[in-house]
Amino acid sequence: MSAKPFAVLPPAAAPVATPSQWADWGLWDAPKRIFTPRVLVGLVAAFGVCLLAGEAYAQLNGQQRPGVLATIWRWLPLILLGPPGEVGGFLLNILVSFLTMAIGTVTGIILGVLQVSQGLIVRRVAWAVTQFFRNSPWLVLLFFAILLLPFRMNLFGEIVPFPSWIKAVIGLALPIMANIAEVTRGAINSIPTGQWESAESLAFARGQTFRLIILPQCVKRMLPPWMNWYAILTMATTLISIVGVADSMTLTQQALAAEGGRSELLIPMYGMLLLLFFLYCYPIARWTLYLERRYAIVT
Amino acid sequence: MAGLAEWFRSLYTDYGINFVHFYDDYERARFFRGMWVTIKISAVSVLASIVIGILGAWLQTSGNRFVRSFTQGYIQFFRNTPPLVQMYFFYFALGPLLPRVHTEYGTLQPMLSNFTWAAISLSFFAGAFNVEIFRSGIEAVPRTMTEAASALGYTQMQVYRYVVFPLGIRIVIPALTNNIVNLIKTTTLAYAIAVPEALFVANQIWSDRVNVMEMMLTLFVFYIGLVGIVVWVMDRWEKALRIPGYGQ
Repeated sequence: MSAKPFAVLPPAAAPVATPSQWADWGLWDAPKRIFTPRVLVGLVAAFGVCLLAGEAYAQLNGQQRPGVLATIWRWLPLILLGPPGEVGGFLLNILVSFLTMAIGTVTGIILGVLQVSQGLIVRRVAWAVTQFFRNSPWLVLLFFAILLLPFRMNLFGEIVPFPSWIKAVIGLALPIMANIAEVTRGAINSIPTGQWESAESLAFARGQTFRLIILPQCVKRMLPPWMNWYAILTMATTLISIVGVADSMTLTQQALAAEGGRSELLIPMYGMLLLLFFLYCYPIARWTLYLERRYAIVT
Repeated sequence: MAGLAEWFRSLYTDYGINFVHFYDDYERARFFRGMWVTIKISAVSVLASIVIGILGAWLQTSGNRFVRSFTQGYIQFFRNTPPLVQMYFFYFALGPLLPRVHTEYGTLQPMLSNFTWAAISLSFFAGAFNVEIFRSGIEAVPRTMTEAASALGYTQMQVYRYVVFPLGIRIVIPALTNNIVNLIKTTTLAYAIAVPEALFVANQIWSDRVNVMEMMLTLFVFYIGLVGIVVWVMDRWEKALRIPGYGQ
């Protein structure tokens, strides 16, 4: 008599979030109330004060050159998009932030999972790596990557150039990796033990439990802190100007130099750069807050 | 001490590992001055940012709508713009507006040094986070407690001083520690406006002596050590403040 199959087999695990579920999580309807009239008034007022300060300074020194606003308008395309035919300026900041976040997330999740591994040595080493990169200053890590990585590599007989912006991406990815690892570890630890136990009683292997039960639940918990780290990273991308990449910070300084030391431009130009980053990062911050509140467990 | 210096010197002569700042008097003095500047700028900014945080949290409870909006604007602005650009804004854009003063040698120099500007900008940056942290601490104190204190005849100020503050501070220590650690790491940005702090002098030394790896290692040890000490102190403080039956 052959063994009968179980009458009730556990159903296939539900797939990771489908697009409709994403909508259900409030990802798409959140940003509506970000730039409220109050915020817009504040922004216009702050930038207006910068412009006025510049204009007043110019008037005091009796200068007859193009106005402050006109000058800023002339340089804006360069600062936003970089020199024609190259990627630079604010666009490069965004590009670097995307690449860094992608690398940092993948490596960070791996590192985070290793931190809850069953092997003691693996766990300890993963912990040490995380703490090291989490507690080192970003700028030092950036110098570390810029100065100690080669400027080209011999990859399978091909000479691959390693421009400094790629090295900068690696340098910034290190602290992001460590912080995402912490986020991952926190999320895994926040899943109730019951989930592990029921998975075990249903004869899931540890790897299966991770892949099919634990990690899918972590995604939602990790999303708000992950977005928060993305915003922090985007702001940190200005650090690459220190190591000589032509991002928006570098180009703003070059534009100021090209104008020949017109000191009335200093406040408006730097003010505009602050405004640019604010316009990009503030929505992310509000959205993160919204999701945090939405996902919060009401006690 | 001299023996240690000799050991580091032999490490260089025998193995080419050049920890020059451990055996050469000039470089040692330079590097230690840099570390001292980092410690000073961290201490000043931490204190100032805590003052800003307490002040801001107090202003947020103000009855005046304009004051509240202004505080909120300050927080959002400093939280959502890059600290490096803030520092440039303070140093390069606001700095030239201040009058120049005569030094004792009769030369003109800016009223505020780059160290001061770095400390101001870092304080405002970290202060914005501290406002939120302290506000959350105040809000975490149960309303029933403040009401009970009022019922016992405490004035508004006394309620803050004897009830809200002592309880709130216990709640915010972990978040405050995080922010202080972050601030210490952010002091490296002062490099960009040529404040001679640890990273800046390390850069000078590795430019002179071509020992990037060794200087990097020292920097990592220094910063992680500094952060470690701060975390340890705050941890001890949290334990010392713990009262039975409240919190964990």
